[in-house]
Amino acid sequence: MREPLAKKVVDIKPSGIRKFFDIVSEMKDAISLGVGEPDFDTPWHIRDEGIYALEKGRTFYTSNAGLKELRVEIANYMKRSQDLEYHPLDQILVTVGGSEGIDMALRAMCDPGDEVLIPQPSYVSYEPCAILAGAVPVIIDLKPENEFRLTAQEIEDAVTDKTKVIVLPFPNNPTGAIMEKSDLEAVAEVIAKHDLYVISDEIYGELTYKGKHISIATMPGMQERTILINGFSKAYAMTGWRLGYACGPANIIAQMTKIHQFAIMCAPTTSQYAAIEAIKNGDADIARMRESYNMRRRFLLNSFREMGIECFEPYGAFYVFPCIKEFGMTSDEFATRFLKEEKVAAVPGTAFGNSGEGYLRISYAYSLERLEEAMKRFAHFVETLHSEKKED
Amino acid sequence: MEFREELLRIIEKNSRMNTKELAVILGVAEDVVAEELKTLEDEGTICGYHTMVNWENVSTETVTALIEVKVTPQRGQGFDNIAERIYNYPEVESVYLMAGGYDLMVILEGKTIREVSGFVSEKLSGLETVTGTATHFILKKYKDHGTVLGKKKEDTREIVTP
Repeated sequence: MREPLAKKVVDIKPSGIRKFFDIVSEMKDAISLGVGEPDFDTPWHIRDEGIYALEKGRTFYTSNAGLKELRVEIANYMKRSQDLEYHPLDQILVTVGGSEGIDMALRAMCDPGDEVLIPQPSYVSYEPCAILAGAVPVIIDLKPENEFRLTAQEIEDAVTDKTKVIVLPFPNNPTGAIMEKSDLEAVAEVIAKHDLYVISDEIYGELTYKGKHISIATMPGMQERTILINGFSKAYAMTGWRLGYACGPANIIAQMTKIHQFAIMCAPTTSQYAAIEAIKNGDADIARMRESYNMRRRFLLNSFREMGIECFEPYGAFYVFPCIKEFGMTSDEFATRFLKEEKVAAVPGTAFGNSGEGYLRISYAYSLERLEEAMKRFAHFVETLHSEKKED
Repeated sequence: MEFREELLRIIEKNSRMNTKELAVILGVAEDVVAEELKTLEDEGTICGYHTMVNWENVSTETVTALIEVKVTPQRGQGFDNIAERIYNYPEVESVYLMAGGYDLMVILEGKTIREVSGFVSEKLSGLETVTGTATHFILKKYKDHGTVLGKKKEDTREIVTP
């Protein structure tokens, strides 16, 4: 028989998360710090709208780009949160989570051989999606001394005449890094200079703890070269609803919508109705959850510092990214031993790119009580490691 | 949110947190928390540090009673005087002045039915300004002080996700 699989697919290495997941799954009593989704339930008024939509029998396809009312509300949200104008009819596409938006954007913009700049550590899907789109991913290793922010120089160093797209993954999963106004101004200049397009993944935008999140699209000349990806998963605790959206220039959105139409048809209808309620009346929920995350963030940062673990202050998402290089183990080794000896699961930084080596992703999408227990165990583990070192 | 309001919101739900823990999660110095707490206590904004008890788990004999009370207000005193005469009984948990079909809501908690009926017939009805009472018993508490009782929520998320 012939080889059934495409080489391009087989060659993509499986997610590092997957491997770790398999180890964790075997340990029944482990406590996890490993999730990338909120611990809150979707606020009741939003769930209620979803239930209502089902009761009313709104169970048909929507238009390919999504319910018009939802797109209008997304446009309103963009206006009030970022002062950005997007036309609901041709500049917004409702997608199955932010991840579909990323996939569609890469597929719509990349020809074979086009290079896509991907800063890492970052979310696991950019690189494989770029490959599947036929493009060549070019990794930019973000540096701890810049608190894992992207600099203009790093783009300059990576750009070639084949570079077409750059992914901007901020606020960042797994590092928690954000890009402030001055950071964005600097990279925007280089992006314009080299005539690049931006896929800006702002799914964690609402979870920013230092000022308000600023989109790259608000920088002069950037909106017309940016596909802004956002969604409902993180801001409204709606991961399982699978709903996101992409905003951008009409010509790009049109082609993304074309692929989306053939591959997906439309985002789930129930979720779209619930999302209208979320985006219209969910601001207070976001504020409440953000406040809670912020307390946990401060707690974790303080705990690591009290243990003497190096950890830069992350201002976004719900992760801290402590450095464990001093213990002379790889992220993988550290995470595996930590799991086996203390029964706590924290994801090795390398699951998000080679530049995550020496770091762990600690999620704070957990109650303070859970985090307190986990930090006790972390401190105990650190003590163990220190005493081992002395014996050597 | 303002610092003071944030502080109050936290300890309203968890009064066991100490000043050091509060300082960490609020991102301020410990003495700032201590001072604010003292001010809030002195001015009577913080009125106590209680524990929420689900008495149903302790005794099956006791009930919570909500008693609607109609009274004749007194000249110059309004309802304050009669309210005071009622809330001075130590068995009374709460007293509220109400708008609507009756005047005072009196709540007794963790009492037997005999105790409640004794209180209503012997003490409450005996007050000369009280013109009528209606006693309601709570059959089951689903949610109290913002907390759903009896059910511990399980974390059903996948244990590791990107």
